[in-house]
Amino acid sequence: MSAADTTTPVKVPPPRQAPPPPAAERPRANRPSGGTAVPWLLLAPCLLILALVMGYPLARLVTLSFQKFGQSQLWGFQPAESVGFGNFAKVLGDGEFWTVVVRTIVFAAGAVVFTMVIGMAIALLLQRVSGWLKVLITIVLVASWGMPVIVATTVFKWLFDSDYGVFNALLSKLPGVEMIGHNWFASGPEGLAVIMLLVVWGAVPFVVITLSAGLTQVPKELEEAARLDGAGAWGVFRYVTLPVLKPIIVMLTTLSVIWDMGVFPQVFVMRNGHPEPEFQVLNTYSYDRAFVVNDYAQGSAIALVTVLLLLGVVAVYMRQMLKIGEVE
Amino acid sequence: MSSTLTGRRAPKLWWNVLGLLVFVTAGFPLYWMLNTAFKPARDAIDPDPSLLPTGITFANFGRALDIADFWRPVGRSMVVSLAVVVIGMAVGLLAALAISRFAFRGRKIVIVGILAVQMVPLVAMIIPVFLLLNDLGQYDRLTGLIITYLTFILPFTVWTLRGFIVNIPKELEEAAMVDGCSRTGAFLRVVFPLLAPGMVATSVYGFIQAWNEYLYALMLLSQKNQTATVWLGNFTTKHGTEYAPMMAGATMMAVPIVALFLLVQRKMAAGLTAGAVKG
Repeated sequence: MSAADTTTPVKVPPPRQAPPPPAAERPRANRPSGGTAVPWLLLAPCLLILALVMGYPLARLVTLSFQKFGQSQLWGFQPAESVGFGNFAKVLGDGEFWTVVVRTIVFAAGAVVFTMVIGMAIALLLQRVSGWLKVLITIVLVASWGMPVIVATTVFKWLFDSDYGVFNALLSKLPGVEMIGHNWFASGPEGLAVIMLLVVWGAVPFVVITLSAGLTQVPKELEEAARLDGAGAWGVFRYVTLPVLKPIIVMLTTLSVIWDMGVFPQVFVMRNGHPEPEFQVLNTYSYDRAFVVNDYAQGSAIALVTVLLLLGVVAVYMRQMLKIGEVE
Repeated sequence: MSSTLTGRRAPKLWWNVLGLLVFVTAGFPLYWMLNTAFKPARDAIDPDPSLLPTGITFANFGRALDIADFWRPVGRSMVVSLAVVVIGMAVGLLAALAISRFAFRGRKIVIVGILAVQMVPLVAMIIPVFLLLNDLGQYDRLTGLIITYLTFILPFTVWTLRGFIVNIPKELEEAAMVDGCSRTGAFLRVVFPLLAPGMVATSVYGFIQAWNEYLYALMLLSQKNQTATVWLGNFTTKHGTEYAPMMAGATMMAVPIVALFLLVQRKMAAGLTAGAVKG
């Protein structure tokens, strides 16, 4: 905060050179008022669009969750009437909702931990392999990062197909294992494990590439000094590498939490558009309430609760981003 | 080969073995998609599939194009993504300039706001957006989808362009202005050329994001107006899922996007992490 404030005066001078017309006002130019209108004019179209497509729906999301809103309200047969906290009471009092919340949190936590640990391991590995292999791995990682989520999901559906999926065929090659015909989606936990694998596979490349970029900035002299002081490989990692990378790790972890709490297409497409009860996570559950049960108000209430659940994580992320922004 | 390695090189060998393992594991889904797409359909439903290609055929691609109209969804995706990127860049560039090159009261709030807007999960917004478009008569219209996509493309564009702009030294502009350029002139002659590569990368990245979006496309357009991602998501026939043509469809969707992504990724990663360690 202070950094931005102290840099403000430095940023003022340019306008003095630039626009000749307002030169008359220059005497009372100790306020940065000379160009105040310009930045707001530049921002105006962006803010207008965001207010329409973001602000209005957000406000509507909140009001909606306090109303009774079903099919008849959607088609205008009945006015939407307020029900106070009725929707929230119904949602929070529903045992199924809490099962979904716990499932979503366990799923997201698992996905984030695997993503970060595997990502860090691969990033460290990339520093140690030969150059040609590093190039190969990077290409594969970037290519899988660029895969559209829907494409990746359909590919995983095929990999884990019960009859002809290559995964079952490969497992069956192990002695004593017979997996042909095994349906991974017959049970919730197994199916969600496959979906988690898909999410982790898609998320690891971003983590690896970002951490690799960060690792190149860890000062070699620091590592050297730690080694001279008798630190082993783990010691160097724990006391030199990790602290230097901490801002990146915080950013990546919070982003992963936000993304993994918000999985939707992976579950939705993997279950052919109709996730079974034991596959529901918060987002699909909210969708289900709104568009399958046609209770838009309850769906909104669930979405709102999801947003509130994420608020803490978002705050940490934003603080980190702003810190980074200030240094610039 | 390994016998010639000295004791000091031996660990490198093990790291490489581990690296190869990572390479194979990470690349396998991609490989299997291509492998299935090009293999004769009857080999795709072998319970004990050969891991190596069994022959090359384009029949699956023909079948994929037959099952459901492919080119019109692709055309729609193209129109939507291009429109979103053009609007997003024009509007986003102005906003990015405002928050990176001007000191004004409320700047910080705007920055926080744009960051915060990026964090709102899209799925949470789908219900009110659906109702809004329904009220505006924009349900099942490409224009409605274009407006909606700006919710995530615009904040992303502003934030990323801002990252590229702050990396261009202010002194360059100031020098140009000392030499008699107007502020606009300094921007057009000095900043813009330096910013162009970043703008290209941001556009391509935004294009990819819009192209890949699934949920809004599914919800806000009916089946007859579906986009390419929804086309692939719906890929089933009366006879159940035909995986070989489906992988052919997946390949057609993925290859251009992955190629674009490989082109711009370096630039984007640099922009994303610039200064991240300094914090």
